[in-house]
Amino acid sequence: MDANKSSSISSTNAVARARAADLLARRDRYRIVEALPWIAAIAAYFAFPNQMVLGSQTLILILFALSLDLILGYAGIVTLGHAAYFGVGAYAAALLITDVGWSEPISGLVCAAVVSAIAGFLSGLILLRYRGLTLLVLTLSTTIMLQQLGNLFRDFTGGYDGIPNLNIAPLFGYFDYDLYGHTYYLYCLAVLLVSFCVMRRIVYSPFGQALVGIRENVARMHAIGSPVHWRLVVAYAISAGLAGIAGALFAQTNTLVTLGVFDFDQSAAVLMMLILGGAGWLYGAFVGAALYMVLQNELAKISPPFWQFGIGLLLVAVVLLTRRGAFARLAKIDQHLP
Amino acid sequence: MPPVVNTIISILFDGLAWAMFLFIISVGLSITMGLMGVVNLAHGAFAMAGGYLVVTATASWGVPFLASLIIAFIVVGIVSVLFERTLYRQLYDASELHQVLLTIGLAFMAIATYTYFYGPLPQAIRVPYYLSGELHLGARSFPTYRVFLIGVGAALIAALWYGFERTNIGARIRAAVDNRRMAQSVGIDVDRLFTITFAVGSGLAGLSGGLAIQLLGLTPSFAIIYLVFFLLVVAVGGSGSIWGTLAGALVLGVSDTAGKYLFADAGSFFIYAVAVLILLIRPAGLYGRE
Amino acid sequence: MKIISAVAASVLTFFFWMAVADAETIKVGVVLPYSGPNADLGNQIDKAFDLYIKLHAKDLGDNKIELVKRDEGPASGANARTVVTELITNDKVKLLAGFVFSPGAIAAAPLATQAKIPMLIANAGTAWITTLSPFIVRFSFSMWDPAYPMGTYAATKLGCKTAAAGFTDFPPGQDSALAFKTAFEKAGGKVIDEVRMGSPGPVPDFTPFFQRVKDEHPDCFYVFVPSGSHAGGVMKTYGDIGMRQAGIRLIGPMDLIPDYQLAQMSDAAIGLVVVSSYADDYDTPINKDFVKEWHAAYGPNSYPDFESAAGMDTMAGIFYVINKLQSNLDDGAKVVDALKGWKHDGPRGLIEIDPQTRDVIQDERAEEVIKKPDGKLGVKVLETFPQVKDECKVLKIGRCGS
Repeated sequence: MDANKSSSISSTNAVARARAADLLARRDRYRIVEALPWIAAIAAYFAFPNQMVLGSQTLILILFALSLDLILGYAGIVTLGHAAYFGVGAYAAALLITDVGWSEPISGLVCAAVVSAIAGFLSGLILLRYRGLTLLVLTLSTTIMLQQLGNLFRDFTGGYDGIPNLNIAPLFGYFDYDLYGHTYYLYCLAVLLVSFCVMRRIVYSPFGQALVGIRENVARMHAIGSPVHWRLVVAYAISAGLAGIAGALFAQTNTLVTLGVFDFDQSAAVLMMLILGGAGWLYGAFVGAALYMVLQNELAKISPPFWQFGIGLLLVAVVLLTRRGAFARLAKIDQHLP
Repeated sequence: MPPVVNTIISILFDGLAWAMFLFIISVGLSITMGLMGVVNLAHGAFAMAGGYLVVTATASWGVPFLASLIIAFIVVGIVSVLFERTLYRQLYDASELHQVLLTIGLAFMAIATYTYFYGPLPQAIRVPYYLSGELHLGARSFPTYRVFLIGVGAALIAALWYGFERTNIGARIRAAVDNRRMAQSVGIDVDRLFTITFAVGSGLAGLSGGLAIQLLGLTPSFAIIYLVFFLLVVAVGGSGSIWGTLAGALVLGVSDTAGKYLFADAGSFFIYAVAVLILLIRPAGLYGRE
Repeated sequence: MKIISAVAASVLTFFFWMAVADAETIKVGVVLPYSGPNADLGNQIDKAFDLYIKLHAKDLGDNKIELVKRDEGPASGANARTVVTELITNDKVKLLAGFVFSPGAIAAAPLATQAKIPMLIANAGTAWITTLSPFIVRFSFSMWDPAYPMGTYAATKLGCKTAAAGFTDFPPGQDSALAFKTAFEKAGGKVIDEVRMGSPGPVPDFTPFFQRVKDEHPDCFYVFVPSGSHAGGVMKTYGDIGMRQAGIRLIGPMDLIPDYQLAQMSDAAIGLVVVSSYADDYDTPINKDFVKEWHAAYGPNSYPDFESAAGMDTMAGIFYVINKLQSNLDDGAKVVDALKGWKHDGPRGLIEIDPQTRDVIQDERAEEVIKKPDGKLGVKVLETFPQVKDECKVLKIGRCGS
């Protein structure tokens, strides 16, 4: 009798495990529709050859927004200081070129990712013990202090006028950069693709599920013994690393990096992009960043206060409409994914 | 007077004046945050609106400065009720992120509107003669306007203390801050309290905007660029507490002034460093409850 | 805003007529901050550009000029490259004009070189910017232009033996203070303290900085802050703390008293001495005319300042090359060559573009703030320093030497 019971239990377990694995595998599969944003990006390359610099900056912002989505959308941590890691990555890439004399672009990205991930890890250890207004003010303050420190060590960072002449070597030793920014665009697109695949893998892994669990019900996560703080710190470090890559791309394509990379405007802008596109479903970064940049470019041509008013109004409208949380919308989307 | 004593007096006085200003501009935010649980990043926009009202009142309508300040308090307070009823009401149960973004959106709209009507150039006012120049007290002289600021701050503290500790409505507000559900179940109309509190808080913001013109100047961007400071004060002091806001304002105001006076090279650093240190040790703020 | 829509409308009309007219329409890309905390700086130059075109359109004959205006964005220069690239590749402008912020100009310089498009700077004052590209021509000023003569003047004529220097902690402030100090100490004075007064963003409470200087009792206090809100704060604090009564004279470059702020300043400003290249009160026929036209176009409460004057001269330079090269601006190098050595009599007086450095040479004047008979504040010229060159490049200090 006991043997029967235990074998039926274990067979139930086995069936359940198989079903769970199947569900995860199905969710993790790439769907045809996911190719859309990339097709759109490549189409833009051919359709708007004169706006490739705007395109590159948009791709960089998408990556920056993606990095924020990991801790904001998936783990539910609200921060006002994500620009800190963008800036650290930017300066890491810049100093590699000017102080070390190493101008190969891809290693510049790797270096920036490592430096900002370390910065994210160390700061996350301390900061992630806090939430709410406290965390908002802490993240905001530490980013401002970083900027002030940068100004204090202006011999190192160039101060507010920054470090100019960040000329990277041709990509793979062959592809050089023209005025129109074609190579920059494709370079940014490739980096974004790789980073996105990494993010997607993380998000659909058990680790990613744990983050969602922390966001939805942290008490229960503690109760089931999940190492909440460590999970968050690791996620924060990865997020910082990705933000650092975005910053490095910015330094390399802008050929100038200034202390302005730490501006509150940057942190606020990326937060706005995420809410516009929807946080917690990865593609929100694409939609939000593209929408923000296009609006900024077009509305500002009419008149700059018009743009500011427009984005403010859009924010208010979006928040009112998704009041119960973009997460609720995500839940609906999740249900439709088989 | 030996130079060291002189320096200390300078730092304390200037720090106190700056702290009083920070208190006046932050106390409204602290109360609404503590009571309603809303992170209101449009608080600076209400201050800016008050500032522009004072500019128009004194320059175009010939209203005296002090009267304009009162007008700013009343008008901004009344107008804020409109916003509270329509927009802020939706935020009471919303996530923090949504509160942050909706109120930032409001701030942007305000900045754009004021840029359209007033233009981006800085505004100034002529303070009345009895508020300009210096007051000579013994061996030292102090700028009159800053003494005025300290005076207004002190009067406000007294008024708020009386209002919260000695009146019925103050008691009800304190009850609602402590335990909203309990307060509702004993029959306190919490909704009406929210509206009144929000109006007073925003009115105070408007008043502080009028006071700020002489201190910091006024452009439409005022709404956002000083936002950091009042967030710092509210977080460090503990939201929902008047004494907390005062403590936070004093600590941050004096350390900011001392830092700028003694170590001008890294001067702006101090206010943030002190805030971070305090928050790391006491995340709910000096007088906060968690 | 009405002005911008009006110009946009007239610009679109020009564009329409271009299809039918024979004459050339020269597209000029205008890069100025139209939004954010520094929009006031862009505003003054934008108004100047529009006014000049309105007054002198007939000077171009059959040719027309079209301004393609783009927002320079934040002071960090983060948007500058995107905006400038789009102007070059998408809008296909022949000239770039504007640039209030030095980081924006620094970011755009390599693009100007790459595209061979002249970059005409109407404001950005970091001294070594002109060395960044052979296509840069600056019409406005270098931070050294007013600061260096101020140092000499303070030591020799104002009787200052000691001075303190206070400045906003960013490159223009550092530049300005260095220029002052170099000249002041060369003329025998001694700078006893250098106080960094906060970041360029939010206006700090200046009281602690000023109090510290007051306690040190220098003869003069040289102050540089960005024009606009900071300047207002400086004057209020100077008055409130009673520095003049304490015997400390406030001096500085023109950024301390932009004309539209001077009109609002209290009497605390009386007696202030600045070195400036422009003030509304300059008594020359050209300037009197300019100020009159400005008020006619923009109202009695709008005042042109040194940025507006620089804007007028920049546009004058553009008109000059259009006419000289018969509207064939395709060769950027030719445009720059045409501007080298160009002399012009504008609201600032006589200016010249230095053929070696492509930077502006202009008169600087020591001025004192006085109360005019009509009760408003104005300036009185004490001494003129004719045709001042950028001393940073003359003395080859730091990056200016490259």
